[in-house]
Amino acid sequence: MTAALPLVLTVFVACAVEAIEALTIVLAAGLTRQWRSTFQGMAAALLVLAAIVGVLGPTITLLPLTALRLVVGALLLIFGLQWLRKAILRATGYKALHDEASAYLREVAAAKAAPEVAKRGVSDWYAFTLAFKGVLLEGLEVVFIVITFGDNQRNLGAAVVGAAIAVVVVTVTGIAVRAPLAKVPENALKFSVGIMLTSFGTFWGAEGAGVKWPGNDAALLVLVPVAALVSLGYVLWLRRARRLSEAAALPRTAFSEKEGVTS
Amino acid sequence: MLRALKSFGAFWYDFVIGDDWQVAALVVIALGLVALLAHVAGVNAWWLLPLAAFAALGWSLRRATGGKS
Repeated sequence: MTAALPLVLTVFVACAVEAIEALTIVLAAGLTRQWRSTFQGMAAALLVLAAIVGVLGPTITLLPLTALRLVVGALLLIFGLQWLRKAILRATGYKALHDEASAYLREVAAAKAAPEVAKRGVSDWYAFTLAFKGVLLEGLEVVFIVITFGDNQRNLGAAVVGAAIAVVVVTVTGIAVRAPLAKVPENALKFSVGIMLTSFGTFWGAEGAGVKWPGNDAALLVLVPVAALVSLGYVLWLRRARRLSEAAALPRTAFSEKEGVTS
Repeated sequence: MLRALKSFGAFWYDFVIGDDWQVAALVVIALGLVALLAHVAGVNAWWLLPLAAFAALGWSLRRATGGKS
């Protein structure tokens, strides 16, 4: 179990982020519309997810390990770089921080405005589709992370444990507070998940392409801190650039005001 | 039907590729180069993929911030 701890922790953090986003949508649907249709939407999404796992899981294990590592490594690397890019842009103020509280308020406002329509045996179609889409989209990311990490490490059980703990912890906390988990440092979590996905993706992708890493698996112990340092370096670089461009804009504004230039 | 197919494709594009397709393209090119070097030239270029990934990220960030840095 100790050997599987990094895998469990990585999957736990990645899945917790997705579960928090799904919880925000489900709470907005349940508290403002009705819980019955919301739970029906959630159940339908979980059934679709189970079907996807049922089809994808066995298929992916049939692939030879080298091909699997190449494909999954490439996908994880692209995925990880996406997460890192967003997290860095948010940390440096170039993109607005993802705020669960305001996301929740937006969903609530939209849910309150929508009319209640019964359809296909569901009494509130809006609540159903809102919960269905939210759980399905975030759940797909969870499935992707669990299958790729679990299969590559040949330890699907540990990955499932990490994901299950994340979903249970987030759900129980959500039920207890009955509000979106706005105090969770979501960007910091996304930043660390981006680093892990990028590092594992680089490691497996290169291995699948025919590379032999110096130190074999121990190379990951170097790749993760290097990815973290480079990403932090980008944060510092962009923060400095932003400060410099703001400072350069200030004297011009002051001069324009003094000269009475309004343009 | 066509609309459903389009939105299905758009969802997977957004899910896998995301905001910057050029990063994804660079990753695929770098992986191809690594494979070529390993299998054709016999070079164990373990350093190439991390370098390409971090360079792609930096380039993407620079473009996203309007090249102000």
